[in-house]
Formats: sequence, structure tokens, C-alpha cells
Amino acid sequence: MNEKIESRKPPVATTGIIGWLRINLFFNWTNSLITIFVIYCLYQFVPWILDWTLFSADFKYNYLGQQITNQEMCSRNLDPENGGACWAVIYVRFYQFIYGFYPREEVWRVNISYVMLAIALLPLLITKLPYRKIFLNFTYIFPIIAYFLLNGGFGLPDISTNKWGGLLVTLVLGCTGIALAFPIGVLLALGRRSKLPVISMMCVLFIEFIRGVPLITLLFFGMVMLPLFLPEGIDMDGLVRVLVAVTLFQSAYMAEVIRGGLQAIPTGQYEAARSLGMSYWRMNFQIILPQAIRISIPPIVNTSIGLFKDTTLVIIVGLLDLLGIGRGTLADTNWLGLSYEIYFFVSLVFFIFTFGMSRYSLYLEKKLKTGINMGAD
Amino acid sequence: MRSNLNFFSDERFRSIFFQTLVVGLFALGIFFIVQTTAYNLEKRNIATGWRFLSDPAGFDISFSPFLEFKSTDTHLKVYFVGVLNTLLVSITGCIAATILGFLVGIIRLSSNWLLSRISYIYVEFTRNVPLLLQIILWYSILIQLPRVKQSLQILDVFYISNRGLYSPRPIFESGFTYIFIAIILALISSFFIRRWAKKRQDLTGDQYPVFYTSFGLIFIIPLILFFILGSPMSFEYPEMKGFNFKGGLVIRPEFIAMFLALSIYTAAFISETVRAGILSVTKGQREASAALGLKQSWIMRLIIIPQALRVIVPPLTSQYLNLTKNSSLGIAVGYADLVHGFGGISLNQTGQAIECMVIVMATYLTISLTISFFMNIYNRSIQFKEK
Repeated sequence: MNEKIESRKPPVATTGIIGWLRINLFFNWTNSLITIFVIYCLYQFVPWILDWTLFSADFKYNYLGQQITNQEMCSRNLDPENGGACWAVIYVRFYQFIYGFYPREEVWRVNISYVMLAIALLPLLITKLPYRKIFLNFTYIFPIIAYFLLNGGFGLPDISTNKWGGLLVTLVLGCTGIALAFPIGVLLALGRRSKLPVISMMCVLFIEFIRGVPLITLLFFGMVMLPLFLPEGIDMDGLVRVLVAVTLFQSAYMAEVIRGGLQAIPTGQYEAARSLGMSYWRMNFQIILPQAIRISIPPIVNTSIGLFKDTTLVIIVGLLDLLGIGRGTLADTNWLGLSYEIYFFVSLVFFIFTFGMSRYSLYLEKKLKTGINMGAD
Repeated sequence: MRSNLNFFSDERFRSIFFQTLVVGLFALGIFFIVQTTAYNLEKRNIATGWRFLSDPAGFDISFSPFLEFKSTDTHLKVYFVGVLNTLLVSITGCIAATILGFLVGIIRLSSNWLLSRISYIYVEFTRNVPLLLQIILWYSILIQLPRVKQSLQILDVFYISNRGLYSPRPIFESGFTYIFIAIILALISSFFIRRWAKKRQDLTGDQYPVFYTSFGLIFIIPLILFFILGSPMSFEYPEMKGFNFKGGLVIRPEFIAMFLALSIYTAAFISETVRAGILSVTKGQREASAALGLKQSWIMRLIIIPQALRVIVPPLTSQYLNLTKNSSLGIAVGYADLVHGFGGISLNQTGQAIECMVIVMATYLTISLTISFFMNIYNRSIQFKEK
């Protein structure tokens, strides 16, 4: 009866590096085959791309040690066997990529605007910022300061907007579009849910029309039709015309996002506000909208990312944003054939902005999920 | 004074008052715009009306696979060519984006860590770079391909060069009609066989090999018929003549760039909705079906995907709409779609901006509404039906 039981083998490791590898990469033989295949592909591809972008790339000097001033001096054009990307084009044209054709002696105005933009964004992004109220006041007046600073006035010489370009135009379009579209979007969302049939119908028509047509047709509308609609003497700047189109476009999308937030507010909130004797506007601005906007911030950030990417469309109507400057540089005989370097750089700049925004929106979503549940039930 | 105030605090009166006010202001605005526009048009000597549609266009369109286009054709024909090109790139793009998107979305959830990381990197990189930039980048890659003289050959029938992809063009002879009819009959009958097989399986539990039967009906029978009728189809091969290829089927680099960029960009978004949809199916469903002894592939196909589709389809619809609207970016690489052909070149030649833009916008609205309509029908058909 007293037989000795054989001791069992220890279980397969599921912890530590070996365990992790076993579970995630070599779970069964198909999985292992896939892993090996993918590693092989990466082995073929990654060293090559690293070599091209970094190790054998020119940054300012070519392999002979000369400073690069045109594409013929790039290492890979001197010796096709030797050399990868030629980042010197970015180095040489960096000013244009960031400021466009803004006069060099006035460029401090753009730099100050960039810094002020960062300061103005702080209280919007960080809710626990110390002295947030004071910063917020600055955020409200920032657009006015930036307008005069960039455009001229109060003793500063005027800089025509056709000298603006690069990142400056991209940021002006993106920020102004988002900032102007927000209040219009709120009004449209309220209008769409209004009990007055005429007003709600007009808002629905506007929103659905804008969402049904591509942005490029609205840009054409702004460029070719808007001047026909305006009486003589009112001459609109190209940038302003594009801004009108972009704002109209973005406000329709913003309205739908905010409507989603409004729909999530339980009727009890409306009834409670009404029973306190609040008027329609007071109820909306003090009770409903603060809650609705709070929950629709993540999708608002997402549509803003969309708009930020869509600002590149302005190159089709002739404005020189970041991508426009890139294409302009490519058309220059000095820098012919460097399309990969330029498009890589422009993509990288856009990626940094949009990826940052999407991370921020994810962070907000997580925070909202763990936050207070506005008494929904 | 007092009675007046009472009057205004009456909600019904106030609602009528404000609505009349809004309508009045709107009408006034329209009236003002129409007047200034009429004045501006007259001053700039721009013709109005729709007569320009029947005028000869006077320019060539390089890519018109469905209609033969000559420069003596009318602006109306430019419009039709544009609509067809827009639809062509949108439909092929939607199909490719759906396939790629589902694939990437499923791979993203794969248990293989490397695969899921790679699809994550793909999604983040394509989503966060502007589509226009991607279109231009693809185009610049395609036009850096070798010249026609040194074009890459695949199997001696496909030629890839910076002028596009040349492939043999099928020429259908008279007997091909029978094969075509056979294929259509096969499609209809396999649809009914599927319904019958499902009913039979519900009643008796017996399975019927629907896939193999349909495959035989759709491919094998027409193929046999093809040889019986003496191969009523021949190919016109592209031939090198002078500096370019003559004959054959040409797919221009503009189209390829648009197709690649649109489908790769949209697939990243679709993969995210697919991932969210699959994650929305509770773990218990997977465990229960595994406990019933279903194969892994069956669990996905029969249990997970049908439930995930309910969550996936509404955002998928908006992705299709986005892709169709984004196809208007073809103007950046010279793809002759609606915006580039009719809204661009025709508009510039005739100067009739208002008419052209109204037509273009109305067409996009129609396409958008049609897609929403059909996707809503499909959405209703897959929603959970409570008995």
C-alpha cells in the first residue's frame, strides 16, 4: 500500500524571459514559424533602413567633408555605392520649413508666437496647472496678440500672408480652424437638438451637407466662389478664404461630436435645471454643456487630429504649408530627386504632432473612465 | 407694456417669433448673395447657365478606362468620365481596405507578440501621416520606376514602368456570352443552395459542402464550357512600338498611387474598428464555443465575427464614406476624377465656377447618401434580432 509516488516534472515555465518568449512567440509550431519568418524579414529590412536614415546618411557634410549646398554634392550622388539619405536639404531649407518666406529680420515675431502658443495650450492640456485661471485668461487673448504680432500693426511692419509658409501656415490653419470651429460646433449641436423645427432642420441640412462633400470642394468653394458672393471692395486674403472653408468644415464635424456628448446627458439634468427656473441658455451653458463637453473631449481631440492632417489639402489651392514647402523644394533644381528625404521629414513632423495628440486623447479617455460617473442613473 | 411682456413670455409666440426671424434673416442673406453674385458675374463677363455642358472640352484625359474620350468631346462627358473614375478608385479602394483592414485588425489581436506589434506600428504610422502626403509619396515612388524601354517584366506579359502597369487586355468573342450567362446562373443557384443547405442543417444537422458545390458551379462548369466553345476569348498583348507600348490594358501610376494610398490609409482605421469589434465580444462566447469543441477557425467565423460585425459596421460605413470623399485628392497627382477633371480643368476653362461646383458637390452628396443607404440596410440585416 505504501508505494512511492513518482515525483512529477516541474511545470513549463510561464514566468521570466523564457516563459514570456514561450507564451508570446513560440506558443506552438505555426506560431514559431511565423516568429522566425518575421524576425528574418526584420533582419533584412531594419539594418538597411537604419543604414539609409542614420549610419551612411549625410547631415551637413558629405563623405568628403564638404558642406552640402545642392543635391550634386550629396554622397549618394557623388558615389552611388556610398551614402544614404541626404538630410542636408532639411538643414539648408530648415528656415523655410518652419517659417516659409517670412522676412528674416522679423522672424522673432513668429518665434514669440510659437512660444506663446505653447504657453496658451498649457492650461487647456493640464487641468491641475497652478495658477490655471491666469493662464486661461492669457489663452483667451492669445489669438488677438498673435494676429497683430504675425500680421503687423501697432508699429510693427505688415507681413503679407503670402510670405507665410511651412509649419507656420500649418499651425495657423490647424489652431484657428479648431478654435473657431468649437463655438460654432456647440451652437450647431444645440440647434440640431432644438425643439424649434425650422432651426433644427437648418442645422441638420448644414451639418449633413458639409459632411457629405469632400474638404477639397469646400476649399475650391472658398477660393473661387466666395469672392463672387462678396460685394466689390471687400477683398479677402487667400489664407482667410481657406480659413473660412476649413472652419465651416470642422464645425460640422465638431457639432456631431458635441451632439454625441449632449445625448449622453440624462434628461434628469435638463428637468432639474428647468425646475430651478433656469432659462434655456443658462441651463445649457451652466448645466448641460460643461458636462457634455467634458465627456466629448476625446472625440474632439480625434476630429482635431483629422483637421490637422487635412490642412495639407491647402497646397491644392496654392498655399504653402509644410508639405507645400517640401514640394517647392523638390521643384528647385538644386534639390531635385531628394523626394524621400523631404517627404520623410514632413511625415515625421506631422507624426510627432498627431501621435502626441492621439496619446493625449487616449490618456483623457482613461481618466474619464475612472472619473466620476455624472450621476447618469 | 405689461400685456406686451406677457405676450413675449408665451413660449409658443416666442418660438414662432424666433423662427420667423431666422428664416427672414436667412432669406435676406440669400437675396443679398444672389444679387452681388449676379452683379459680379456680369461685371467679369462670366456666362451663366448650363449651356457649357454641351461645348467641346478641348483637352485630353489620360485615364478613362470605361469611356473613349477625345478632346472634341463635351464637358458633360468629362463629368461622366470623372464620376466613373471616382467610383472606380473608391470601390476598388473600399474592397482592398476592407480585406487589409480585417487582416490587420485580426493580426493585431494575434497571440504572437511580434505580429501584433508590427500591425500596431503599421496602424500608428499610416494613421498619423496626412493622406495627401501618402498619395504624393506613392506617386513619387511609382514615377521613379524604370523608363518604358527598361520596364520590368513579369512572365513576359506584364510590364511595369514609370508609365504604369501594362497587362494583356482580354477580348471577348461572341461565344463568351454563354459563359457569362453560365457564371451568372451559377452565382444565383449557389445563393439558393446556401439557403437550402442552411435550412437543412437547422432541421437535420447534416452539413452540405456548400463551398465546393459553389466553387464547381462558378468556376469549373464555365471553364469546361469555355473549352467546349473553343476558347472564345483572346488576349491583346502590349507591344513595344517606338517610345511607348501599344495595345493591352494600361493601369496608370496615378490610379495605382491613389489605390495604394487610399486602401492602406483607410485599412489602418478599419483595422482599429475591427479590433474594437472583436474585443467587444465577451470572453465567455469564445470559451463556450471552445467548450463545444469548435475548431479555432470556426470560432472566429461562426461565433466571433458575426457578433463583432454589429459593432464594426456603423464605423465601417463612415470609413467607406471617408474613402470616397478622400478620393477627391486625386487632383494632387493628376488622377482624372470628378474634382480634377470636371471641378478643375472644366471649371478653369469655362470659368463657370458656380455651376461646376454645384454639380460636383451634388454628385458627392448623392454618392455619400447612396453608400449610407445601402450600409444602413446591411446594418439592419446583421443587427441582433430578438425573437
